[in-house]
Amino acid sequence: MNGVHDMGGMQCMGPINHEANEPVFHSVWESRVYAINRALGAWHKWNLDAWRYDIELLPPADYLRMSYYEKWLAAMENRVVKYGMVTKEELASGKPTSGSSKATPVFTVAMARVLEPRIKAPSNDPSVVPLFRVGERVRARNINPVGHTRLPRYARGKTGKVVLDHGVFLFPDTNSQFLGEKRQHVYSVQFAARELWGEDSSPKDSVYLDMWDDYLEHTGS
Amino acid sequence: MADDTTPMDRRGFLKRAATGAMAAAVPSSMHSQDHDHDHDHDHQVVPSDPALRTKALESLLVEKGLVDQTALDALIDTFEHKVGPRNGAKVVARAWVDPSYKARLLSDAASAIAEIGLGKVAVGDHTLVLENTPKVHNLVVCTLCSCYPWSVLGLPPMWYKSTAYRSRAVIDPRGVLREFGLQLDEDVEVRVWDSTAELRYLVLPERPAGSENLSESELAELVTRDAMVGVAKVSMPAGGAKA
Repeated sequence: MNGVHDMGGMQCMGPINHEANEPVFHSVWESRVYAINRALGAWHKWNLDAWRYDIELLPPADYLRMSYYEKWLAAMENRVVKYGMVTKEELASGKPTSGSSKATPVFTVAMARVLEPRIKAPSNDPSVVPLFRVGERVRARNINPVGHTRLPRYARGKTGKVVLDHGVFLFPDTNSQFLGEKRQHVYSVQFAARELWGEDSSPKDSVYLDMWDDYLEHTGS
Repeated sequence: MADDTTPMDRRGFLKRAATGAMAAAVPSSMHSQDHDHDHDHDHQVVPSDPALRTKALESLLVEKGLVDQTALDALIDTFEHKVGPRNGAKVVARAWVDPSYKARLLSDAASAIAEIGLGKVAVGDHTLVLENTPKVHNLVVCTLCSCYPWSVLGLPPMWYKSTAYRSRAVIDPRGVLREFGLQLDEDVEVRVWDSTAELRYLVLPERPAGSENLSESELAELVTRDAMVGVAKVSMPAGGAKA
């Protein structure tokens, strides 16, 4: 989705505010939002790609206005309803509706302690054949999917070079919508800064993006 | 069960959340049956207070058995006290003093990081270590969200998650670095790593000149989070090298 979250290359966002001795959380509610979010993930109702997509689906003006954890909270309120963990009525009242069932098993500390990897580890499954090889010139496809994608706009249509093959990962565009894992290779692709941004960039600089097979095409060179 | 699965209209949502937050903030005896706030006119202030909404959501989820307060406390303790940039600093210091460790770190970061004994939190994170040299400077960003090597650096700081950093790091890395007080020579190659997949990037900064006599743990004290993201260099403390 060509949303405001895809902000690589924008120039209107003001100065970078660096805070000395920044605390991990700036207030108690932020830490609760973080922990609740993490705990709910242990129910495996969604995957990380779907989780990111929920944040991207916030209205753009809200996305830009809200603080980081406000976005998490708003997306989480939407998410618990969307995945049927809580009804709209319960969210509105703050109380379980009468006759509402309790989760089984009830959430435990042990569940929270499992800080498991949130995406399956890359595999070297030889049945998943890489479509590109290290050293090859490739072009990022010019695609504009309306759902979740990890191919930023600023790289689309640009030519780069495969520098590393990271192995096999799940494809976020389909996994985010539960349309299949579509396992494929992910590569580091090096794009010259001048290819991305033009002649004002330093000829020495480059940007590396991690690219799935489905984001790339051969250039014939 | 939800009556449908479409995302709520924002305005309706906030009104409902207002009622939920009130329910959490006000003792139940103060609610009257004939005047709940689930009706549709505008006298009620839409809650902007995320603290109230969070409290309401947490108490609802606890009552439904979906989360547990002790478990939430444990999670917060982990991220406030157990994972953080001191872990990454130990990795960097070890790489500075032990060339064979550094070689392992650059070729198989997950195993090398596990050697430091950071425990379970580091497992499963697909980390790549990027070495800064006098000729190459690496900088890490996530333009699409906030991906960050939390197993070695903890949760990202606000500036890393800010729209300003996310938008400009890829198009003007040298300008961004100047904003952090780091001016690079023209002949230094800048490599920006946009974390678009599940790979997580940790910068191995250059060991500062004059640090030859420092122990591994003294070196670790010098290593900052910002240097491991690539927006700063590691420098000796003011006053110069220790004897």
